[in-house]
Amino acid sequence: MDILGLYHYWIFAVLLMTGFFAIVAKPNLVKKLIGLSLFQSAVFLCYITMGKIEGGTAPIMGEGAELFSSPLPQVLILTAIVVSISTTALGLGLVLRIKDEYGSIEEDEIQGQDQP
Amino acid sequence: MSAELAILASLALPLAGAVLIAFAGRIGVNVREAATMLIAGALALIVWSLVPAVAAGERPQVSVAEVLPGIELAFAVEPLGMLFAALASMLWIVNSLYSIGYMRGNEEANQTRFYALFAVSLGATVGVAFAANLFTLFLFYEVLTLSTYPLVAHKGDRQSVASARVYLVVLLSTSIVLFLPAIIWTYLVAGSGDFTLGGVLAGKLEGAGVGVLLLLFVFGIGKAAVMPVHPWLPAAMVAPTPVSALLHAVAVVKAGVFAITKVIIYIFGVEHLAGAFGADLLVFIAAFTIIAASIVALRQTNLKRLLAYSTVAQLSYVVMAIALLTPLAGIGAAVHIVAHAFGKITLFFAAGAIYTAAHKTEITELRGIGRRMPVTMMAFTIGALSMIGVPPTGGFVSKWYILAGAYQADSMLALVTILASTVLNAAYLLPIIYLAWFAREDEGDGTPPARVHGEAPWPAVLALGLTAALTVGFFVFHGAALDIARQLLAGF
Amino acid sequence: MRSKGRISHDGKIRFARGEALLAPHLPHLPHLPMLQVLVPLLMAPFVLLLHPRGLAWAAATAASLMAFAIAVVLALTVVGDAPLTYQVGRWPAPYGIELRVDDFSALLLLVITGASSVTLLGGWQSLARALPSARQPYYFSAWLLALTGFVGIAVSADAFNIFVFMEVSSLASYVLIAGGPDRRALSAVFKYLIMGTVGATFYLVGIGLVYMMTGTLNLADMAVRISDVADTRPVLLAAGFITVGLALKAAIFPLHIWLPNAYAYAPHIATAFLAACATKVALYVLLRFDFVVLQHSASEHAVQFAGYLMPLAVLGILVGSGVAIFERDLKRLLAFSSVAQIGYMLLGASLVTIAGLNAAILHMFNHALAKGGLFLVVAAFCTVAASSQLEQIGGIARKMPWTFAAFVVCGLSLIGVPGTAGFLSKWYLVTAALDYGALGIALVGVILVSSLMAVVYIWRVVESACFAGEFGDDADSDSETAAVPPLLFIAVWIVALANLYFGLASALPIELAASAANLLMGNAP
Repeated sequence: MDILGLYHYWIFAVLLMTGFFAIVAKPNLVKKLIGLSLFQSAVFLCYITMGKIEGGTAPIMGEGAELFSSPLPQVLILTAIVVSISTTALGLGLVLRIKDEYGSIEEDEIQGQDQP
Repeated sequence: MSAELAILASLALPLAGAVLIAFAGRIGVNVREAATMLIAGALALIVWSLVPAVAAGERPQVSVAEVLPGIELAFAVEPLGMLFAALASMLWIVNSLYSIGYMRGNEEANQTRFYALFAVSLGATVGVAFAANLFTLFLFYEVLTLSTYPLVAHKGDRQSVASARVYLVVLLSTSIVLFLPAIIWTYLVAGSGDFTLGGVLAGKLEGAGVGVLLLLFVFGIGKAAVMPVHPWLPAAMVAPTPVSALLHAVAVVKAGVFAITKVIIYIFGVEHLAGAFGADLLVFIAAFTIIAASIVALRQTNLKRLLAYSTVAQLSYVVMAIALLTPLAGIGAAVHIVAHAFGKITLFFAAGAIYTAAHKTEITELRGIGRRMPVTMMAFTIGALSMIGVPPTGGFVSKWYILAGAYQADSMLALVTILASTVLNAAYLLPIIYLAWFAREDEGDGTPPARVHGEAPWPAVLALGLTAALTVGFFVFHGAALDIARQLLAGF
Repeated sequence: MRSKGRISHDGKIRFARGEALLAPHLPHLPHLPMLQVLVPLLMAPFVLLLHPRGLAWAAATAASLMAFAIAVVLALTVVGDAPLTYQVGRWPAPYGIELRVDDFSALLLLVITGASSVTLLGGWQSLARALPSARQPYYFSAWLLALTGFVGIAVSADAFNIFVFMEVSSLASYVLIAGGPDRRALSAVFKYLIMGTVGATFYLVGIGLVYMMTGTLNLADMAVRISDVADTRPVLLAAGFITVGLALKAAIFPLHIWLPNAYAYAPHIATAFLAACATKVALYVLLRFDFVVLQHSASEHAVQFAGYLMPLAVLGILVGSGVAIFERDLKRLLAFSSVAQIGYMLLGASLVTIAGLNAAILHMFNHALAKGGLFLVVAAFCTVAASSQLEQIGGIARKMPWTFAAFVVCGLSLIGVPGTAGFLSKWYLVTAALDYGALGIALVGVILVSSLMAVVYIWRVVESACFAGEFGDDADSDSETAAVPPLLFIAVWIVALANLYFGLASALPIELAASAANLLMGNAP
């Protein structure tokens, strides 16, 4: 199996798992959000790389253009990035509210405050 | 009024009546109670208007809606349902009269809720009686459970809430876990749950499945109080006495044995069941319940709980009779539903009257009470004799037919059970009568003399006098009930 | 809503053809799938401008009711008839984005828009108390965006479009939950946000892999093309990612842990709305993908789907009901009950039979009726009770007997008592399980036991509402009209009566569910 030839999948997998680790293991809410962003970026990378064909150009008919890369993944990911940004923004907004209410952004400290 | 309209009216009237009663309760207690009596009277008129047609062999039916493909909300009047509905609607009038005396005499709270839910319960009872298929029967069976729950928990204190919980849990869980699967199984196997003469399952289900399904039905219909699903009935005794009298001696419990009877005649089919192993087992279970419940009744000190266990035993008479699968026993089962209703409602009315007048609930407190409340105790005596089956009371008639049916079925077990339970009935009822009439109030354990009291309020006394008269009257005038019951023989 | 169906003699329910009936009066009928999305979407920014008190609510309610009307017309049009399709920008189907309303989506649209309309209609006072008036326009705008997202998912026939709408609805839902006064909602929503985004991203990975193998995002096209690459590793991987991702969104046990707190601490009205439709929409996508697309992609799809999801469904049913029994907070109790009810839907689907899917889809509709009604009643209770703790609502039945009666009706529907909507789906589920052979009988046992558990937890509420002592006996029934906002009271009873109506005459949902099940299993109805 051509391990090196599939290197972009490896990058995807490593990034995805790094992000996921941060989401699960870090008690700091901002770090969780960073993990989430990383997690999503990994997927974006996966999409973008699979749309690219070596030697392919943009799908514009013209001289010397015979091999085209699909533009659709890039369009999709553009949308997905917007979604991702909105999610991160909302998440950060929530963190601000949490900080206001609880005075902390560490998960364990927050949970401790609501125990009766 | 056409028969179809009468069926729908007999279902709608109590439900509309409940709303009417709820509003009348805001105007005044007299208006509310007048409304109750009026609705009870109108219901009885409508239900009884169906009797001639059914006695003449007609089977009016009406379909309201198709709930699922093949499953209808439909009603049909057949002899047994007619008998049951006529009985319940008639006794509701008497019971309403009694309720007025009892509820006022005891200054119970939330009386409007009480009367409104009573009307709903009666509507559900008529729905059970007129159901044309298993689905409709199950629907009203559950409505009956749910509408009687607040009546059982009426007092709202810790004990009645706990007892009401037992009531609800036993009845709902048996119906959901056993009754409902039995119904679905029936629909799957037979493709229909319509009550059909000869049985919808005949030729469609054979072997051990018949026995299993029968047991699912018998234990799933918890209202029939076959042991071991009887505990809800003694628990229900925390309710005000009119509830125990009409619902837990007539409407609810009879809905249970009625449902079992209908299932055996119209779902399994008598012929189809005759060879199956389930029917023999059912006779045995019913016999066991009769003897066991009677023995437990012997040891009760609380009058209403004693009557409850007596009811458990008497209900299994009906179950056993129908499980014998002979024509005479079938008639006996139908007649016993009526005869036991008259006798047991009288006993409960008397128990409630004693509680209202003297605030006594324990049997040992009843020494010499016959002298203070002669009418009540006379009625009690008649009811007790009917339970034992002594002529001239209604209980004798039904016991006669059941015994004859047992001979016909050649069932030693049934014969011995009936004889043994007669002895046991006498053993737990006669001492009460002896205490009431012949013991002296002041002798005994040296308790301070009871407060001076006479009879309960007149509506209560009138009601129990009426039912006692019915109990005696049924010994002579049971022809009409018998005629209707005989039509059941088409199924045998 | 009244169904126009009637049942003919062969037992099938037939409808007057809605299209023929409605077409002369509705020239815009072909555009309805698009309008279904556009109405709430365009109203959302408009609502932001409406600052005077109550106006934002009125506009949002009007938009929601309009969406509901569109959904009703769509349902009557497609029932027993061909699906309605709409090509956005007139680009033909596999290339452009296609909107498609078939029986399954029509049923879901009814649930979503109905839930939104009823909860908004009844929710004004309750929401006005929970939100500072300056924030209300934003809140109602978010509400409409959530509605847009949900209906967008239901009408989309494009996998990526579904992802976008899913995120629109999720982001708006986070706002709806966190917008209330309870600070515990914030950490609950944060958890929901993390888990929801992970789920959505998993879904994104899945459709990426499928796109890589098939070169299309249109679901119908995908279903055709995927058979060429069936059983390849990327497709199997995609199946895993998509199923797990959507299971997260649908709160399928054991991925449900975000749900109880999010529902418990959200404003009551928002809980009612989300409980009625949020998880069902994710389950809808899950069923769409697993049955329409993936069923043809893997040779043993049925076995795998049943093998993995059935145990989860059973565990979810038992654990959800079990926890609900011991829960002391009414909203958390109902939330855990939702986990169990999602288990019912999944159980039906995991039988992988038409009867099972039929039961699952019908239960989506009936559970929305029951649970939406229950949460609305909780909102009504909380207008007088300090919180939804069971002790706090003790004796409330004496204060508001009619509202409490509606609770009992919806509760009975949840339990599945005959005469209520919940009974019908339970009947279908038990029938489907009995057809499944020996294992089916065990499943019937699970269903029945959990019904009993439902009796227990509903009755705990009933008992404490009737007999515990927080509200005294002095409360007479006249004070009910003073305590419960009239609109909320009306909304509560609309839902309660719907539970009864659809328990006896549910021709429309049954027909929609039946043909949706056929559709998913690949048989044209």
